Amino acid sequence: MKAAFESLPFLVDGLLVTLQITAIVVLISLVIGVAMGVALTYGSAWIRWPVRIYSDFIRGIPVLVLIFFAYYGLPAMGLNLDSFTAAVVALTAFKISHVIETTRGAIQSIHHGQMEAAKAIGLPFWQRLFSVIFPQAVRRFLPPWINTVADAAKGSALVSLIGVVDLMLAMQKVIGRTFEPMPIYIAGAIIYFLINYSLSTTSRRMESRFSYIRE
Amino acid sequence: MSDPLVDIKGLKKSFGEVEVLKGIDLGIDSGQVVSLIGPSGSGKTTLLRCINFLVEYDEGSIRVDGREVGYEDDANSDRKPRGERELSAIRAQIGMVFQLFYLFPHLSALENIMLGLTKVRGLPKAEAHDIATGWLERVGLADKVDSLPAQLSGGQQQRVGIARAVAMEPKVLLLDEITSALDPELVGEVLAVVQSLAREGMTMIVVTHEMAFARDVGNRVVFMDEGRVLVDGPPTDVLDNPENERLRTFLTRLNPHFALEPH
Repeated sequence: MKAAFESLPFLVDGLLVTLQITAIVVLISLVIGVAMGVALTYGSAWIRWPVRIYSDFIRGIPVLVLIFFAYYGLPAMGLNLDSFTAAVVALTAFKISHVIETTRGAIQSIHHGQMEAAKAIGLPFWQRLFSVIFPQAVRRFLPPWINTVADAAKGSALVSLIGVVDLMLAMQKVIGRTFEPMPIYIAGAIIYFLINYSLSTTSRRMESRFSYIRE
Repeated sequence: MSDPLVDIKGLKKSFGEVEVLKGIDLGIDSGQVVSLIGPSGSGKTTLLRCINFLVEYDEGSIRVDGREVGYEDDANSDRKPRGERELSAIRAQIGMVFQLFYLFPHLSALENIMLGLTKVRGLPKAEAHDIATGWLERVGLADKVDSLPAQLSGGQQQRVGIARAVAMEPKVLLLDEITSALDPELVGEVLAVVQSLAREGMTMIVVTHEMAFARDVGNRVVFMDEGRVLVDGPPTDVLDNPENERLRTFLTRLNPHFALEPH
């Protein structure tokens, strides 16, 4: 038990790596995913198809396969990524596909009349998006998106398998030294739970913040 | 005689295999209030939506104030759809009021009207605010400035919808069955607003099922059936002494007493 407490700083280092990976993955996938989701919704066939294929293809592959591919597969194609970068690239590629679908769903849930009314007063496309569609779609976007953020935090544990010392691998290393799996696993579970619990609380708070919009 | 304000020539539109508009010619002069009537599926709403290019027409032309709405000729005189900017600029001059209002639910009544004034006409906030407030007063909603659409009745929402459209100072106003979704007791307040706009000389094209409205407000009634204009004339001629057989049938269905009344 004492050993478990002494190992806490080590676990915190792992936690920081987990949070770092999650933050990078979430931010990049948000920007690229929303852009691709808008392209999928409003783009011409030449833009829609590649996005559609990307999204369906990536979502059809286990994340672990993507992570192994980024780390072990890409070097064969001449692209050597360190384990941290490979992990971030794989998780981001995966998350993007989810953000694409969340974005498309949120936009399509807005009545087509909103777009027509915005056209009718002469708003150009981007103004229609930013002044009319996005402010309404954000309420539909947030709950599933925060789920994917929580998913990213949990899913990042897989990067331990290519040697990134995140919270998961930090736990295993400590266990390897102390031979006391239970306290460490419990501590780890509590930390993962706290991350996701705070996320779902944030989600509920944001939902109620945007719930004044009624149709 | 000058060209009509809205000049529609040989307009055709198909949705897949179905030809909805089979060659429409219609000229509407400035200040006219034209009621478009006809059975459902006759193409009247499609025609209205072609005028501000919410529906892309296939053949023919629509000119508003001398300018082709949806297409332009490129260097080789080939027809190509207008770019986003130009199209938006043209749409800004054509107001539209919708059957289901389509107010922006995240914006207050005032903000609904201000959006186009600031983002499209580029007016400073203070000026847009004054104009929007003025229009809300005009439609009798001075006390609802900060209300969200969900807090307004259908009739109030539709009056905001009209204010949003006319605040842009359009050259022509398109009204698409604007009272069809309202409870009967709310229809009057909306029609009163339209009536006052008509008195001021606003050019309007009105798709409607309210024959009383077509008679009182309109100075011209156009009857459409199966994608064609069949009858076009002053309300008294078209509605009281219909010679066209299909128009007679239509009016009789609308009001069974019609057949019994003496003409």
